[in-house]
Amino acid sequence: MSYVKLQNITKRFGSVVAVNDLSIEIEKGECFSMLGPSGCGKTTTLRMLAGFEDLDEGEISVGEQLFSSSHKGYYLPPEKRNFGMVFQAFAVWPHLNVFNNVAFPLQIRGLSRAEIGERTKSAILHTGLARYENAYPNELSSGQKQRIALARAIAINPAVMLLDEPLSNLDPKLREEMRFEIKDLQRKFGFTIVFVTHDQSEAMALSDRILVMRDGVAQQIDTPLNIYTKPANRFIFSFIGLSNFLPVVVKKGSVYIEGVEDSGPVSKTLPDGVSSDRLTLACRPSEVDLVKSGGVKAIVKRKVYLGEIIDYRIMVGGTEVRVQKGRRSTHFAEGDTCCLKFSRPIWYPGD
Amino acid sequence: MLGRYIKSVGIAELLLALSVLILVVVVAVPVLLIVWTALFVDGQLNIKDIVMVLSEPDTYEALKNSLVIAGGVTFLSTIIGVFFAWLVSRTDLPFKNTMKLLFLIPFMLPSFIGALAWKMLLSPRSGYVNKFLMNTFGLEDSPFDIYGLIGIIAVETMYLFPFVFIQVSGALERMDPTLEESARISGAGLLTITRKITLPLMLPSIVAGALLVALYSLAHFGVPAILGTEVGIYNIPTKIYERIYQSAGSFDAIRTGTILSSILVISAGLILYAQSFILKAGRFQVIAGKSMRPTLLKLRGLKMPLLVLSILYIAITVILPTVTIFMVGSLKTYGLEFNLENMTLDNLTYILFDWKMTKDAIWNSFYLSLAAAFVTMLVGTLISYVIVKMKVRGKFILEFLGVLPFSLPGTVIALGVILMWSGKFGINLYNTAWIIFVAYVARYMAFSLKSNSAALEQVHDSLEEAARACGATHWQALKDIVIPLIKPGMVAAFFLIFLPALRELTTSVLLYGPTTRTIGVAIYTLNEDGETVYAAALASIALVIIVVGQLVIKRITRSNVEGV
Amino acid sequence: MASVRLEKVSKSYDKHPVIKDLSITINDGECFTFLGPSGCGKTVILRLIAGFEQPDSGKIIIGDTLVCCPDEHVFLPPEKRSIGVVFQDYAVWPHKTVYENVVYPLKMQKVQKEEADGRTMKSIAMVNLQTLEKRLPFQLSGGQQQRVALARALVSGPAIMLLDEPLSNLDANLREEMRFEMKELQKNTGVTILYVTHDQEVALAISDRVAVMDKNGNIRQIGPPDEIYEKPADSFVFKFMGVSNFIPLDYRDGKVYVRGSDSVMEYPVPKDQTDALREGSLVAGCRPQDIQLSTNETHLRGLLKRAVYLGSTIDYRIAVGETEIRVQQDIQEALAENRIYAEGDKIGLRFLDMKWFARQEVDAGEGVS
Repeated sequence: MSYVKLQNITKRFGSVVAVNDLSIEIEKGECFSMLGPSGCGKTTTLRMLAGFEDLDEGEISVGEQLFSSSHKGYYLPPEKRNFGMVFQAFAVWPHLNVFNNVAFPLQIRGLSRAEIGERTKSAILHTGLARYENAYPNELSSGQKQRIALARAIAINPAVMLLDEPLSNLDPKLREEMRFEIKDLQRKFGFTIVFVTHDQSEAMALSDRILVMRDGVAQQIDTPLNIYTKPANRFIFSFIGLSNFLPVVVKKGSVYIEGVEDSGPVSKTLPDGVSSDRLTLACRPSEVDLVKSGGVKAIVKRKVYLGEIIDYRIMVGGTEVRVQKGRRSTHFAEGDTCCLKFSRPIWYPGD
Repeated sequence: MLGRYIKSVGIAELLLALSVLILVVVVAVPVLLIVWTALFVDGQLNIKDIVMVLSEPDTYEALKNSLVIAGGVTFLSTIIGVFFAWLVSRTDLPFKNTMKLLFLIPFMLPSFIGALAWKMLLSPRSGYVNKFLMNTFGLEDSPFDIYGLIGIIAVETMYLFPFVFIQVSGALERMDPTLEESARISGAGLLTITRKITLPLMLPSIVAGALLVALYSLAHFGVPAILGTEVGIYNIPTKIYERIYQSAGSFDAIRTGTILSSILVISAGLILYAQSFILKAGRFQVIAGKSMRPTLLKLRGLKMPLLVLSILYIAITVILPTVTIFMVGSLKTYGLEFNLENMTLDNLTYILFDWKMTKDAIWNSFYLSLAAAFVTMLVGTLISYVIVKMKVRGKFILEFLGVLPFSLPGTVIALGVILMWSGKFGINLYNTAWIIFVAYVARYMAFSLKSNSAALEQVHDSLEEAARACGATHWQALKDIVIPLIKPGMVAAFFLIFLPALRELTTSVLLYGPTTRTIGVAIYTLNEDGETVYAAALASIALVIIVVGQLVIKRITRSNVEGV
Repeated sequence: MASVRLEKVSKSYDKHPVIKDLSITINDGECFTFLGPSGCGKTVILRLIAGFEQPDSGKIIIGDTLVCCPDEHVFLPPEKRSIGVVFQDYAVWPHKTVYENVVYPLKMQKVQKEEADGRTMKSIAMVNLQTLEKRLPFQLSGGQQQRVALARALVSGPAIMLLDEPLSNLDANLREEMRFEMKELQKNTGVTILYVTHDQEVALAISDRVAVMDKNGNIRQIGPPDEIYEKPADSFVFKFMGVSNFIPLDYRDGKVYVRGSDSVMEYPVPKDQTDALREGSLVAGCRPQDIQLSTNETHLRGLLKRAVYLGSTIDYRIAVGETEIRVQQDIQEALAENRIYAEGDKIGLRFLDMKWFARQEVDAGEGVS
């Protein structure tokens, strides 16, 4: 049962199409991420869902309720949508203390004093701010500020929580910690999360499903594992992690790296459904095996020690391949000859 | 090859000493002389006199008027400034950007010229508007009387409200829009947000702007002099002027002046302290990291009425007085009706080419402003460099002295300069152009320091250090890196001084001699002498110069921005 | 080219000592890195060597020249020290073109025009900025600006190069690329490099030797990167160099237990640590990558509290008694061997590598990172 529904939504800013015919269906209780480089339209999509932007085309609804519809000219203002939302720059009000920040949405809804007090305290408790109830935001660290924002968002017990890069302004350690806390809060309160980020590992860590976007167009909607192991196209492959793209040619039923056929084949069988004889082999640096013999012949150009891993640049003819191996693997030195084996190649059409 | 280990005395200390010396001579000693003269008679502390001077009904009244005027102007400017700032930055008012520029125009116009125009329009007997209304409706009495406290407050407000407008509209634009968006998502409507979020967040900017207005109004000479003196209403600056002028500079008058000045300095100090205190309150930092368009309040039915109101406001406060000045300046005789028969260009040619007094005034203002702007710019650069960049002991003295000029009203500077340079220390500049020059330098030092310091703070230390590491000596690094980089700041400082100095009145009116009138003084004295038409003609020339100057500064600052 | 020697150098600000009696020698042609948390005084060392600051006492010698010694009233100003400096914020002069920036040091040395021109262009080419020499800095990207700073620092052929976190303002990809290029440049020019950073990965990647500093300005260990990573001198260094587990151990009935649990730890404890083990003050340290997970019941048992998928790795938090142990598994291997576990699973941990630390020392280092 899909809960949050965005149907064929399009948004233009002047002549720029920020979001192009995008359709998403999000399940109740799901954690759904929108991932992509800056300017891909993910934030605009979130802002349309929140009600800060109207649509040029399409419809948005949550549950049974219509929120925005371009052809009906209907548009429910953000303050009526009952979302919780956390912004990148915290957006906590500096003139109100923690309690009053968190209590604000409850006060607006005209609840009784007692209920406001109780629900505010509970939200503050759940985000670990109990000691800081009377503190002002400027007295708190950035992690604590983001907790105020979280508490404020959960205070009304929303059905849907919108997160706009909520972790980008935090240092890496805190980011990891907050990731867990958001997940825990979701478990406790059961809200649906729509999460916007440009950080692939953040999206992987938090999400049930990920939408990868580019130039306003959806590229793939899938589980984190599938996005990583079966990227639908080259763009997703390179966006999601370190990558090698090697031009390869098909000759006599085997696949060779272009221009260095005499170094040996990459694969002796043809990938399924190949119609062209020019392809691109995509692989992660950690998915290339470095062996003494039995593979594509190559030379170690550069070796960099990074502690846990060794980072190699390896030349196959004029093509550079990046390889990363654990520190307990067999070491090769710069200038050594070696052989490459591609354990999980993915094939894309040639350039 | 080996250099000597640099002991504590070096170039740095030399520059520090030079900077301190300049500030002491130009700013500190004159102020100290004022306080000294106020407190001591023949070397003895004399409180009795002070109490006596202050309890004279005359001076007491002036004090009270200053407070009433400043209070009224601050109150009105705040309301008008905040309202229009909100209107142009948070609503869907049409032509917002144009309106915003229009609201800044009153800033450029000298308020005493505005007062002059309003006198011509609304003085009870001869004011054109009054006459028009009396004729049209057959009234016995004139409906308006611009003379008096209310008139002064109204006219000052017209020209001072941009202080609040600039502060608040700037803050509204820089404010992180997600602060408001998060309130919306919390369920609050736009009016609730304005009341509970936006206005409280703007409070520091509002207060900062309001205090600037108060500071300016408290020590303002021009408007009360034109609209108050005639009906016996004085504030502190006009009272000081009256005493000194009447007694031809007697010591008693000067002493009364120093006592009143001390009060001005103290109030100004308090205002500035309050301002810095408010601005330092860190919890009000609401500036956005990435900028996004804020949600605008839809005015709907109110759109047109509010646009008309804004245009009307500009028309009445800017266009009407300006046109009046130009029209009256072209009349054959003051009081004639405005028609082509009564108009002439003779007034202009007469004051521009024939009348020595006005010709001198224009020339005096021109070269005094030029010289003061140039010297103050250079000295300001030196002092700012020491304050911002150098690590030397004793810098705090400089920092303190550097702040001092900010709090000195023009009248106070004039008095201090009189005390310092009228022979007491062997140099008598009284009645020469030099005394006005020295006063301008003291008066505008604050502008120069502000502009130069801001520019220098943009130049990161590493830029200079990179030059040192590349083999440049300290002087070479200054010449090749620092000076070229702060040039825009220096140019800005020059114009920030040159343009206001050109129309200066408050200080020069206390310092001018028979041959050293400035434009402001000339307009003022012409008006005093009843030469209203010539006053208006000269004022229209001043307005043209100011507008041209503003256009030049705009062009120069823009090309500078493109360069870096 | 030159070596750099610091002898008993001390420096304090407002009576607060930042550098205390520091003695260190950096060899000719070496790439030497000061690695430490912010505020540890590493930048101060660099500024002392550059001559932007003066020490309170001690000697600084570059090559054969004594450049600074307060006791002997010797101080050579920065412009006479033959150094190249690259700053964290690039410090490229915004009003000068790329060419004018790079030629500046040669102008200061009054090098003849033709020669200066040749050397400038060569330097610009060395950092791959050909064809951009007429641009102004604001027309360049962050990485390009940093290259201008590098070219400017190199052009006069300095004996030593001082680099102050030059990569920290760049994004991850660019940082990696520049790291490479700097190493390349050093190979080509043979210049001595002194590098300051808080990023252990950069330090490992580019250095011949690394000095790890704690936040009080003490040097904890000096050595080549692999030695620092694989033989950390103490728990601070271990923790600073990467994600780390500290597992307190107990000794009961001749067996080693993870404290607060009845899970036996079978990884052999070396002889020289047995005293500490008996006293209960032994803590084992290991990296999340040095632990293998299995359903094998003979291994140390733990409860899987949390599994987070991070792309190329899966990050697990496993509770063993009161201790939470972090484990990272390569996704490829895990998929291939079908070893992916879910939260709530009971699983076995096998340790591949262990370091040994004293409990007091680990506790004292808490909060330092």
